[in-house]
Amino acid sequence: MSLSVLAQEAAAEGITNTGLAALTYGIGALGPGIGIGYLVGQSVQAMARQPEAAGMVRTTMFLGIAFVEALALIGFVVFFLAQA
Amino acid sequence: MIFGAEFPPLSHIVNWPEMVGDDTWGINKVVLVYLFAVVLTVLFFVLGSRKKELVPTGAQNLAEMAVEFVEDGIVMDTMGPEGRKFTPLLLTFFFFIFFCNIFEIIPIIQMPATARIALPLALSLIAYVTYHGFGMKEHGVLGYFKHALVPPGVPPALLILIVPIEFISKFLVQPFSHAVRLFANLLAGHILLVTFAVLTSSVWALKPTAVIVPLPAFAVVAFTAFELMVSFLQAYVFTLLAGVYINAAISHEH
Repeated sequence: MSLSVLAQEAAAEGITNTGLAALTYGIGALGPGIGIGYLVGQSVQAMARQPEAAGMVRTTMFLGIAFVEALALIGFVVFFLAQA
Repeated sequence: MIFGAEFPPLSHIVNWPEMVGDDTWGINKVVLVYLFAVVLTVLFFVLGSRKKELVPTGAQNLAEMAVEFVEDGIVMDTMGPEGRKFTPLLLTFFFFIFFCNIFEIIPIIQMPATARIALPLALSLIAYVTYHGFGMKEHGVLGYFKHALVPPGVPPALLILIVPIEFISKFLVQPFSHAVRLFANLLAGHILLVTFAVLTSSVWALKPTAVIVPLPAFAVVAFTAFELMVSFLQAYVFTLLAGVYINAAISHEH
């Protein structure tokens, strides 16, 4: 039901800048999503193989996540800028 | 409009009217949250260090755990023993940001002060001045630029490419991304909570769909728990990155 409502809305208003911005942010979130998934997966493997190094691996993992995540977050800010 | 839900524009959820004063120097909800966070941070450590006992109890115990967490988990991991002198700075960063963030999920207030760019930017500029300042003190001004811009073992022909890239990333992009990381995470969390709250109320108001009201209502509860984790994690990440940047500026080994 909500899909048909959405379709009607889009048909009534034409494709808006907001719609494009949302779609583009969705595409932009793909890369960081894959990156964080790979990063955390590898870290879990490392922790399972060597539990005594877990603390160090965890710190480095958060650091890596922070750097990868920055891309998605810049996309999020650009999304609001592009809407205007 | 979906299900009759009218989502408020962004300016409605983060802009607050001034309670006192005008546009430039007024006090609104966000400023009150800053002041609250300052008072809480000071109070936490004053109560923790009021009477120092050998066997800590209560507030002192909590404060000592906090100091130990920042010193062992952040300072020692990123800078090693010579980074001890930065513990007070990073400790203040961590608790001030955490208290600013946690107001995101405290009922009635529900506004993270860090969801406005001003505070994260000011904090990241404090970190920026600190790491570049201590780097220049450690290596000398020219020596610091050489240390920061010229990575060892790079063939001289490539330097014309590497130096501008390093300059842009270390002196321009780094403070910006440091601030945006905190700001955007908290803004996104705030919008997420608002979205599900609006959805719950509009589904409730629209009689035939009121049967599905448990779904968005449960989502609000679940995301509130998630945001508790995010506000802790973002304070940790901001502090951790400040430590990493300071270490990169003052370290000698390459």
